[in-house]
Amino acid sequence: MQLIEDANKEALRRILEGDPVLIDVVPAGQVIPALGERVLLHAGPPIEWERMCGPMRGAIAGAIVFEGWAADLEEATALAARGEIAFHPNHHFDAVGPMTGMTTQSMPVFVVENRRFGNRAYCTINEGLGKVMRFGGNDASVLKRLAWLRDVFGPALGEAIRSVGGIALKGLVARGLAMGDEMHQRNVACTSLFLREIAPALARTSRDSERLAEVFAFLGSNDQFFLNIAMAMGKAIMDPVRGIAGSSIVTAMCRNGTDFGIRVSGTGDTWFVAPVEMPQGLYFPGFSAADANPDMGDSTIVETIGLGGFAMAASPAVAGFVGAGSASSAALYTKAMGEITIGENPEWTIPALDFAGVPTGIDVRLVVDSGITPVINTGIAHKEPGIGQVGAGVVRAPIACFEQAVRALAEKLGGVA
Amino acid sequence: MSDTVLNEVRKGFYLDSVALMRLSRRIAAMPGIIEAALMMGTPSNKRILQDAGLLSDIGAAANGNDLVIGIKAHSDEAARAALAEAVSELETPRRRAAEQTTWRPRTIRAAVKAMPDANVALISVPGDFAAAEARKALRRGLHVMIFSDNVAIEQERALKEEARSLGRLVMGPDCGTAIINGVPLAFANRVPRGDIGIIGASGTGIQEVTSLIAAADGGISHAIGVGGRDLSQAVGGITTLMAIDALDSDPRTRHIVLISKPPHPDVARTVLSRVAKSAKPFTVCFIGAENADLPPNAHFAPTLKAAAEDALGGRTIGADAPISVPASARRSGIVVGLYSGGTLCAEAQLILARHGRKVASNAPVPGSRSLSEAGDGIDRIIDLGADEFTRGRPHPMIDPSVRDDMLRETLKDRQVGAILIDVVIGFGAHADPAGHLASILADASRDGPPIIGSVTGTEADPQVRSRQIATLERAGVLVAPSNAQAAELALAACRP
Repeated sequence: MQLIEDANKEALRRILEGDPVLIDVVPAGQVIPALGERVLLHAGPPIEWERMCGPMRGAIAGAIVFEGWAADLEEATALAARGEIAFHPNHHFDAVGPMTGMTTQSMPVFVVENRRFGNRAYCTINEGLGKVMRFGGNDASVLKRLAWLRDVFGPALGEAIRSVGGIALKGLVARGLAMGDEMHQRNVACTSLFLREIAPALARTSRDSERLAEVFAFLGSNDQFFLNIAMAMGKAIMDPVRGIAGSSIVTAMCRNGTDFGIRVSGTGDTWFVAPVEMPQGLYFPGFSAADANPDMGDSTIVETIGLGGFAMAASPAVAGFVGAGSASSAALYTKAMGEITIGENPEWTIPALDFAGVPTGIDVRLVVDSGITPVINTGIAHKEPGIGQVGAGVVRAPIACFEQAVRALAEKLGGVA
Repeated sequence: MSDTVLNEVRKGFYLDSVALMRLSRRIAAMPGIIEAALMMGTPSNKRILQDAGLLSDIGAAANGNDLVIGIKAHSDEAARAALAEAVSELETPRRRAAEQTTWRPRTIRAAVKAMPDANVALISVPGDFAAAEARKALRRGLHVMIFSDNVAIEQERALKEEARSLGRLVMGPDCGTAIINGVPLAFANRVPRGDIGIIGASGTGIQEVTSLIAAADGGISHAIGVGGRDLSQAVGGITTLMAIDALDSDPRTRHIVLISKPPHPDVARTVLSRVAKSAKPFTVCFIGAENADLPPNAHFAPTLKAAAEDALGGRTIGADAPISVPASARRSGIVVGLYSGGTLCAEAQLILARHGRKVASNAPVPGSRSLSEAGDGIDRIIDLGADEFTRGRPHPMIDPSVRDDMLRETLKDRQVGAILIDVVIGFGAHADPAGHLASILADASRDGPPIIGSVTGTEADPQVRSRQIATLERAGVLVAPSNAQAAELALAACRP
């Protein structure tokens, strides 16, 4: 008992001491050596091709064509189905990816360094809304945008970030929370703050004003741009929390569209997996719940650090996705998450809750004891490959993951506790 | 009729996208509408509207600061009606949220965080889970009142031992009543603060004694419930002994009243030897015992009323307003008691038996027989709060209707000389138990046996004791100042 309490205190200390700084944008293959030819990282816990959902398969086919491993989507799908592509979770290589979470060697990734602990984490660049690869989109327009990110946007942004010695993220997120972002469904404030901060460096390092305008236009028209930075930040903050003997704190939550998986500090790199749930939400015109794929993506890393659904009170509009949708009900979500977390983050506060810190450090014991499962804000993908995003909403983590984790931790501590 | 697409653009009108999605869903559900959407006119949103077949030239001309309303309908009329509804919704001020928005903690941990000064947890969950929750509360430094029943006696003992080592009280399990620092917990009455401390193994016993003391202008320092099994051999009186320690050292408590069924003899010895060590006067009310071997600082009280009187320094309750049964209402026969309060039921049995009556009950006290041995000429005193009546339904103090049919039958029974009832009010109890009883009596014939009862509770209770009494009297019930006196009146009524 005391061992667990002490281990969790250490876990919380490491979360709160994390000092994430965005230091670069580089091709994924440059920082993840395992990302060679025909190797592809995906969101969520490990999964084989046969069990992958539609949008995941669609995204994979698109990524294969993007990397030039196949000439078209059909050939790409056949290649993947024949087992000629190696699939691994992003989480196994210090990375995270939203929704389908495609990461391949030539895709540019944000590099976030946790300066307190020296570790780094990676995430690809947000493509914008509509038909995009993270939601399973894979047509020519999707691949064209990815090529532009690779050839123009990524190098430009990387150079600008390097030129200012990196951008500290903790304070930026604190300001974003005060402006109505929860960093999962809402990133408009942080995106704007980021643009404001990086604009001079982008201008200074640019040699082509037309390209610079394109870069600004892309940043300025994508309210969710900051999400992927927040995700790399979340991964960089949580990785040093892994492997604390006895700790019952969740270090990762993610989904691959088929399974939901969590990792817990005291049980190391074991995934506790259960079938993923369907989000409740609202749909774009022309789509309904019948089109929706179950929950997907590594983006739940932001809930793991106390943002997203856990910070719903900062972002009342997001509560409109479920129930009667009153803005005042948003606080109930954050308060409820306080029942399954061991602390609050004093640097990330919510004005509407009298500046209470976001609930931080999910304890699997508290989840199982209370029956309250983490609440996650999420986008909704079409269940068929190639179509893309159809809505957004809120979903719960399945309790079975947490029950397995509690049992595994108890077994592990059997001789000690 | 052909499908029609209607667009309207509101220049420079911004609304949050989630709000717009909610509104879109509402408009799309209107009659005759195929699809509808309200979106800000950004390029990517216009693409979505285009793909959904919702964009006309009007909407296509909008820019990112404009709101586009796109409606596709089976008819022009339906489209116009939906557009009018959308526009009116956009212009209607927000209504107040109807859903509940106050947060209530779901766990003891969160409750303690929200209320760090709290020092008592009241636990009312199914019995299988009560001990685990109680343990969580104890480990957070709280005293615990366990309202739940069906907790194994081994668990009760273990919990109370753990609590003792932590210096915390476990009131219960099956503890219905407590008043701590003037705060009534569970089934309890609002009584004035004063210098009489109560320790009770019985909920209605505590309620009757505290209410009688309040009616006589006395007051209560604390009333500590211990649970019906605390004085059993298996539990050994752990909470009772701790409660005596607490009240003995409490400067606001001058006099201490112990209320219980007769304890196990070993436990009685331990408890009474602790009483002997106190400098304070005690009243010992072991309901069902004839007497007890008491130390000099303790008096024995055979009834709840006697206990209240002793605690009040020997004052007689109800002496100022003696009541009697009118001669016309008297008839020979048996007494039937229909009780909601278990200890009130026990007290009535004892009083009848001490006057030489033969008494049967489903909850017999020493000297009474079980209901299966009831027969001609034997009084029947029923505890309607016993398990056989409450399985799958609320306790009669919450829902008095369990008494209704039995009361109607008894009123028609020619062998019955008097009917005894109780009305228990206070927190947790039915909002108007006297009114409920009166409604049953209003339909009954007037020539039945007299109904005699009392009201356990105070003027400060939500139901107001005097109003309950007035309601009963208007319905023809003879209301005594205490349950003991009601039982004596019933005896008198059966002796023409």
